Amino acid sequence: MQTVSSLLDKQWYERYKAISRLNIRSSIYDVTNQCNLRCKGCFFFSSDEHKAAPEETDIARWEAFVEKEQERGVNLAILIGGEPTLHLDRVEAFYKRLPTFCATNGLIKVPRDRFPDMMVGISLWGDEEDEKLLRGKDAFAVSSRNYVGDPNTYYLYTITPRQIGRTERVIRRIAEAGFKVHMQLLSNDEGVEGFTWTASQLADIRAEMDAMLDRYPRAVISCRYYHEVITTGRMLGRPFGWMECPSVTEPMDDRQPQPKRLIRFIRWAADLQTMHRCCTSATRDCRTCKDGAAHMSWVMVNKRAHLTSAKDLQNWIEVYEMFAKLYRFIPW
Amino acid sequence: MPESKEIQELILRIAKIIIDELKLEDITPEKFDPDMDLVDELGVDSMDLATVALVLQDEYGVFIDEDDYPKLKSIRLIAGYLQSRLQGAKG
Ligand code: SF4
Ligand code: SF4
Repeated sequence: MQTVSSLLDKQWYERYKAISRLNIRSSIYDVTNQCNLRCKGCFFFSSDEHKAAPEETDIARWEAFVEKEQERGVNLAILIGGEPTLHLDRVEAFYKRLPTFCATNGLIKVPRDRFPDMMVGISLWGDEEDEKLLRGKDAFAVSSRNYVGDPNTYYLYTITPRQIGRTERVIRRIAEAGFKVHMQLLSNDEGVEGFTWTASQLADIRAEMDAMLDRYPRAVISCRYYHEVITTGRMLGRPFGWMECPSVTEPMDDRQPQPKRLIRFIRWAADLQTMHRCCTSATRDCRTCKDGAAHMSWVMVNKRAHLTSAKDLQNWIEVYEMFAKLYRFIPW
Repeated sequence: MPESKEIQELILRIAKIIIDELKLEDITPEKFDPDMDLVDELGVDSMDLATVALVLQDEYGVFIDEDDYPKLKSIRLIAGYLQSRLQGAKG
C-alpha cells in the first residue's frame, strides 16, 4: 500500500501537508443576469442562462441566502454573472460572510474601501485584436488602469486557437503591468468560426503554456500538469467528460456510478432558487468542454488516484496549490 | 491500561471497511496501522470519509456528523469516537 510519506521527500511532504486539510467547499453564484459587455462565446448568454430565472432584487433575501449557504458548509463563494460589479450590494452580502472570489470583466473597479481583500479575477480574451473581435473592445486597457497596483487581482486569460504563437505578447503585457495571470481555454460555445480547437492546436498551445510558465514564473499561476490535463482532456489515462466531471450541481447529480466530485457544490441562478446543471453552460457538450475550473477540480478530487508514484502525487500537489493560490487559501 | 476487546474488534472492522471502500491493495485489517494518519498518509479526503461514515452508520446506527471529520484522523480515533457514541446511546 502506497502512503504519502513513502512517495515524497521531506520538502514535498511539507507542501502536501500545507494543503491536505484545506477542505475547500465552493459553490458558484450568478449575481446578475446583466452585463456591460456581450462577448461572443460567453457561455452565459449563448446558452440563454441569463433568461433561466429572474433576478432576486431584495438585498435582505440575498443576505439570508448567503447565511444559509454558510450553514450548508460552503467556504468559498465564487461570484460570476453576468457582471457582478453591476450589483455591489449583492457582492457585499457574500463578502461580509464568506471568503469570496469575484469574476469580472474589470470595466468597473471593485471599490477597495468596501472590499479590501476580496480576490478579483479579471477576464481577458487575448490581445487587443481578439478582444475587439470577441468582446467589442480592448477591455484590458480599461481593467489594467482600474486595478493597477492591486495585490488581490489577477487576470483570467481565456486562450483561443487564434492565440497560438501570440500568447507571449499577452502574458508580457500582463506581467509588465504588474499583474498575475492564470490561463484557461475557450470552449467556443457559440461556434465562432476559427475558434474551435483541433488536436494539433491543443498540442501546440500546451507547449506554449509550458513555455509561458517557464519564462514568467512570477506572473503565471499555473503548472504543467494542469496544461497537460486541460489540453489532452485526460488524467491518468481517463478521459474527461460527463461521467467524470466534478463540478455538477450536487442535488442534480444522479450519475451512476457516482464519480469523485466537489462536495456540496451548487451553481445558483440569480433568483437564488434555480440551480444550473454545472459550473458552466448546461448546453455545452461535455466531450469538448474545456472549463478550466472543472479540469482543475477533476484533478483535486482524485487525490488518491495520484498515489501511484512520486511524480503523480507531485502533479496533484501542484494543481491543488494552484487552485489554493487562485482563491487565496495559500499565499502567492 | 490494555485496550478493550471491544475497541480492538472495532479497529479491525473499521480497517476492513476502509480497505473495501477505498479499494486498498496489499493490506489486511490486521496489518493496518490503527494510528496511521488517514489524511496525511493515506490521502483520504472528505468524500472518502463520507463513504466510510455511511457504512459505519448503517452497521452501527451511529450518525457521524461531518463537522467531526477533522477529529477522525486515524482508525483508532474513529473506533474511540464510535465507542463513545455507542455507549452514549446505551446509557
Ligand atoms: S464580460 Fe463575462 S459575463 Fe459579460 S458577456 Fe463577457 S464573458 Fe459574458
Ligand atoms: S459542460 Fe463541462 S463543466 Fe459542465 S458538466 Fe459538462 S464537463 Fe462538467
